[in-house]
Amino acid sequence: MKQAYAHLTDPLIKANPITLHILGICSALAVTTSVSTALTMSAALTVVLVLSSAMISAIRHHMPTAIRLIVQITIIASLVIVMDLFLKAFAFEMSKRLSIFVGLIVTNCLVLGRAEAFARRNPVWPSVLDALGNGLGYSIILLTVGTIRELFGVGTLLGYEILPLVENGGWFRPMHVMLLAPSAFFIVGFLVWVIRSLRPEQAETPEFRILSHDETAQS
Amino acid sequence: MADFNPIRLWKRFLALPNDDLGKTLVFAFLITFVASVIVSVAAVTLTPFYQQNLDRERQARMEEMVASLSVMSDILSELKIDDFDVRIVDLSSGTFAKDIDPTSYNQREAARDPNQSLSLPRDSDTAGIRQRANFAPVYILRRDQALELIVFPVRGVGYQSMLYAFLALEADANTIAGLSFYEQGETPGVGARITEPDWQALWPGKTLADENGDIRISVVRGSGQGRFEVDGISGATRTGNGVSNMLHFWLGDFGFGPFLKRIQAGEIRL
Amino acid sequence: MSDLFLSSIFEQNLALSFFLGICTFLAVSQKFETAFGLGIAMIVVQAISVPLNHLIYQGLLVEGAWAWAGLPEIDLSFLKLLSFIAVIAAMVQILEMLLNRFVPALYYALGIYLPLVTVNCAILGGSLFMVERQYSFGESVVYGFGSGIGWALAIVTFAAIRERLKYSDIPAGLQGLGMAFVVTGLMSLGFSAFAAGGAP
Repeated sequence: MKQAYAHLTDPLIKANPITLHILGICSALAVTTSVSTALTMSAALTVVLVLSSAMISAIRHHMPTAIRLIVQITIIASLVIVMDLFLKAFAFEMSKRLSIFVGLIVTNCLVLGRAEAFARRNPVWPSVLDALGNGLGYSIILLTVGTIRELFGVGTLLGYEILPLVENGGWFRPMHVMLLAPSAFFIVGFLVWVIRSLRPEQAETPEFRILSHDETAQS
Repeated sequence: MADFNPIRLWKRFLALPNDDLGKTLVFAFLITFVASVIVSVAAVTLTPFYQQNLDRERQARMEEMVASLSVMSDILSELKIDDFDVRIVDLSSGTFAKDIDPTSYNQREAARDPNQSLSLPRDSDTAGIRQRANFAPVYILRRDQALELIVFPVRGVGYQSMLYAFLALEADANTIAGLSFYEQGETPGVGARITEPDWQALWPGKTLADENGDIRISVVRGSGQGRFEVDGISGATRTGNGVSNMLHFWLGDFGFGPFLKRIQAGEIRL
Repeated sequence: MSDLFLSSIFEQNLALSFFLGICTFLAVSQKFETAFGLGIAMIVVQAISVPLNHLIYQGLLVEGAWAWAGLPEIDLSFLKLLSFIAVIAAMVQILEMLLNRFVPALYYALGIYLPLVTVNCAILGGSLFMVERQYSFGESVVYGFGSGIGWALAIVTFAAIRERLKYSDIPAGLQGLGMAFVVTGLMSLGFSAFAAGGAP
């Protein structure tokens, strides 16, 4: 049981799919200009991920080897279509703001990546936990980036004004650069830096290293 | 002797090796079948909600457009308009464009996009707009199902700025019901007086074209004589000329001219 | 048309302003040669798949596409995701076989990158944008070609920068992925400067 629990908690920070495995960033950054879009996207992805992992895990013993990938993509794509229709029906404004990015969950490396690496080889329950954990790990990054971008880009959170704007008589001048694409890259880059400074075992070893003066003298 | 017990058949099918061709085919068929059932059920049950949302949005956009006509609200409220319709006109042919959604069409953006607009030859560009979008919205206002007003969006260069206005015509498509400017940057107190109700009140009842179909309407210096002339604003001759040129452009061959001819010829019934 | 072409390469670069295909972008840019191969494969697949999906969408899926068969009310556009993915996967497979049969040299150069391209969000994203922005067939050809070139240009430049980066002294935590993100951010900043009116 303890091990099953680890499937859920590991991907949150320690083995976060975005900052460690570079999975699923494609759609992650484009929807983080505000917290509400990031939240919807996280929820949509987590649901699709959990359901697809459960289904793929359930049929894992009978998956024909030749068409494995196609079957997985079909399952994921069907779930995404249902999710897309669901959002269009019950969260119309939101689905317009997410535009094509809900559809792009199909090619989100995270979903297919977990199906390939975990659900295909493990029983249903651990697969569900693993999917949920990865979905939440993805959500944490998305929400962090979304919070930073919305707070400093327009001074609000979920549409409520947190930092009073100059134009409304406050002191805060919104940083429009936060709403542009480059800021998302910088924020994720710095998040990676923070996480890896706290957990040095994740850091990559450089291929080359600058030698100190003493070392050069010796060689 | 073949065994036709379905449960035993199913078990035997599952026991086949995973690279068996038959199992692959049956499996592929089953997966596609299940997936298509899920997707179709979702599509059939959820699409009505989606459609509702789309309709609601279209309604909201329509209301926004009515609000943007608010500069003409005096005329509108007097006439008790009860039905309101927006259509998109293909300016070059003068016919309605069927495949463009009026609620999402943005004429100003289209005019900036070389793929959706026409670069005007310099000598025909009397309004000074350089690029003209291929399509333009037309607002059709009815009362008791009878055509009351046709409203055209027009724009052109005045003295120092681009003037944006709505030109409202009566059902004969030749008598002016009103001209209201909603965006301009002319000299305050001089050219900018085109937005004042006093000046705009000079327009209703004037006539666009004479019996030969030539566009005659114009803003003149001093006080206008007859049904084709509107008094100019003193000190704002250039603005007045800009307004005249703008109207001549938009009622001419590069503007709504072809469309108006079709209406007058009875080819298009509104 | 030339405007659309240039903006799809620079201003609306799929990788740097829409974050599409970033997974592959970061994972396969360690070496200049591999990045170049992937970039070329990307241009080829994108230039074919966007117009192809345009034909499929307009011919089979859009509302009214079945009018000739007496079924004008059928609207299959909700199937666009599935069909686009299938078209892309099938097309990549056929392309691979054709290359193998007729241009083996090119097959050995590009072969290993083609399957990678199938699950690249930039390819699917290009087709979905084509639907969303209602491009005509001609525009979709230009857009497919331009956005492919834009993506290739981005990854090739990025790989070249990364090769240099190996020799620089980077803080431990920022090493590798972290620095890759920061560099991508700087590149994205540079590409957005191509936008005609500057930042919105």
